[in-house]
Amino acid sequence: MSIKKVHDEQPKNFEFSEENLKLANKILKKYPNNQKKSAVMPLLYLAQNQNDNWIPLAALKYIGNFLSMSYINVYEIATFYTMYNLAPVGKYFVQVCTTSPCLLRGSSEIVKACKNKISSEPDNISKNGMCSWTEVECLGACVNAPMIQINNDYYEDLDLKSTEKILDSLIQDNPLKPGSFRNRKNSAPENKTLTNGVKNA
Amino acid sequence: MVLKMLKEEDKIFKNLYNDFGWSIDDAIKRNDWSDTKGIITKGREWIINEIKTSELRGRGGAGFPTGLKWSFAPKKIGSRPHYLVINADESEPGTCKDRDIIRFEPQKLIEGCLLSAYAVNAHVCYIYIRGEYFNEGLRLQEAIDEAYKKNFIGKNACNSNWDLDIYIHYGAGAYICGEETALIESLEGNKGQPRLKPPFPALVGLYGCPTIVNNVETIAVVPTILRRGAKWFASIGRPKNTGTKIFCISGNVNKPCNVEEEMGIPLKDLIEKYADGVIGGWKNLQAVIPGGSSMPLLPKNICDSIKMDFDSLIAAKSGMGTAGIIVINNDQDIIKCMARIARFYKHESCGQCTPCREGSGWMWRILERTAKGEATHKDIDLLSDVTKQIEGHTICAFGEGSAWPVQGLLRHFRKEIDKRCSGEPIVKKKREVPYLVDQHLLESKDA
Repeated sequence: MSIKKVHDEQPKNFEFSEENLKLANKILKKYPNNQKKSAVMPLLYLAQNQNDNWIPLAALKYIGNFLSMSYINVYEIATFYTMYNLAPVGKYFVQVCTTSPCLLRGSSEIVKACKNKISSEPDNISKNGMCSWTEVECLGACVNAPMIQINNDYYEDLDLKSTEKILDSLIQDNPLKPGSFRNRKNSAPENKTLTNGVKNA
Repeated sequence: MVLKMLKEEDKIFKNLYNDFGWSIDDAIKRNDWSDTKGIITKGREWIINEIKTSELRGRGGAGFPTGLKWSFAPKKIGSRPHYLVINADESEPGTCKDRDIIRFEPQKLIEGCLLSAYAVNAHVCYIYIRGEYFNEGLRLQEAIDEAYKKNFIGKNACNSNWDLDIYIHYGAGAYICGEETALIESLEGNKGQPRLKPPFPALVGLYGCPTIVNNVETIAVVPTILRRGAKWFASIGRPKNTGTKIFCISGNVNKPCNVEEEMGIPLKDLIEKYADGVIGGWKNLQAVIPGGSSMPLLPKNICDSIKMDFDSLIAAKSGMGTAGIIVINNDQDIIKCMARIARFYKHESCGQCTPCREGSGWMWRILERTAKGEATHKDIDLLSDVTKQIEGHTICAFGEGSAWPVQGLLRHFRKEIDKRCSGEPIVKKKREVPYLVDQHLLESKDA
């Protein structure tokens, strides 16, 4: 369970934009008619996208009404799952994986780089307001460790140097392309001498 | 040294590294969707029997026989609809196989969904994918749309008279949702807290209806098994541990990678052949976690000869889990490494059962102290005791998953721990603390 801080300054009202309202109704169709509640997770994502990557409390109330759920039910879901941000994050939200497979390959260096370049404490927004960073648990790209996730994209096979480059590019609002930073092909073995003569195997 | 390798033609996931393209037309060239209707025409019984004969065991961690699981679903649809749920909530540290299947072999998964859904009488299939795999989810949706367009799924899928709809549902960063009943809770719009079993989901699952939950890899190998025959699949590996498996080799190896290999391949071959060996050579190996972080680690002397399959690993008091192999060499502090794993479990405990919620924190704090050399020998006994109190006293297997790695550490590295923590308690005298004060708040002063 994650410890979450709800933001101090909350907007009074929240409403889905017209476009998101359409999307929300489309999402509802995925689930049986009498099980509207199932849509709470996708709708929370919609609200988060609409509101600069964080969810205000008003949105929880709005979604509660939308799905005929009590406010507290929505609230407990928003606080149970780590990916819902209840306080503002930077335009580029850097999530550093620090679980064992990444730790073994030097994720502490990457945390250091984040502390130097973005902010000395996690979850604080950088001086120019562009970035924030946080430590997360396993992101499921262990053979490409160490790695970070920036918004929706994975940056893999990093070291201190490449991480600093990436973070600089974020601060300048011109992010580098995601993917492997050691020119690897996905998760393929790099050992060419021991193959059956098959490409990349 | 010539090593035996899995023959290229016996590989199921030929596009694991995206050498040949992931789109539906490329997939059809690789023999996906060829005569799916023919397989369905052979009937439910035949499909389930074929999977039973192949001895396919679930690839998500528990290793439960898939055919048997399917046979638990009611034979006929009663008053409630049946559901098929695919578990793509891959979050076990060390595991990243499902991601590659979703990215590069989505049609294998989708075809598997159709065949399995038919076998268990389901018209609706939900794929629960972890929220962090946002781009992978988009890719999967694209692949699903392609399959709809070709009428491979949807109404009268593949002209088989069977209707199937597939929907993607994103998780939101909770490890526990990889547990099947927690996943069902999450899909219903609740907190992901596991349910008591029985009733098993095969009878009372999603929305109270019969539900079969399977891992991505399990479902994705089904079409190939049915096409090439159960006997072919069973001929790979050894009895009860058949077929091929995607191994994820990470940690202190020269070239970490994912690779599909035969079940029962020696661990040493796997590491040396595909991952270019341990950093600093095999002699520099300290330990290996063979099946994702929940499985107890194995010290070097066992790694020298262990074979990677369910039963061999159980015999070595560990487990196959998800086959996420984490290699730890002698340059690492093994206690620190396990303390990090304990922190993972502390963070991810859903908080429903007290032994797990509290115990995972206890284990983490004691291991942190141990890593710093601040623990006393009494602490180590306490740690061992805590693991025993978690194990078997929780609703789901998360309790075991968090306790086993610590037990493995104590079993194989007790000497190292004792060396570091031989001190007597600094505070020997019992402090006089009024009974009603929160004892745990004073804990740090006691060490």
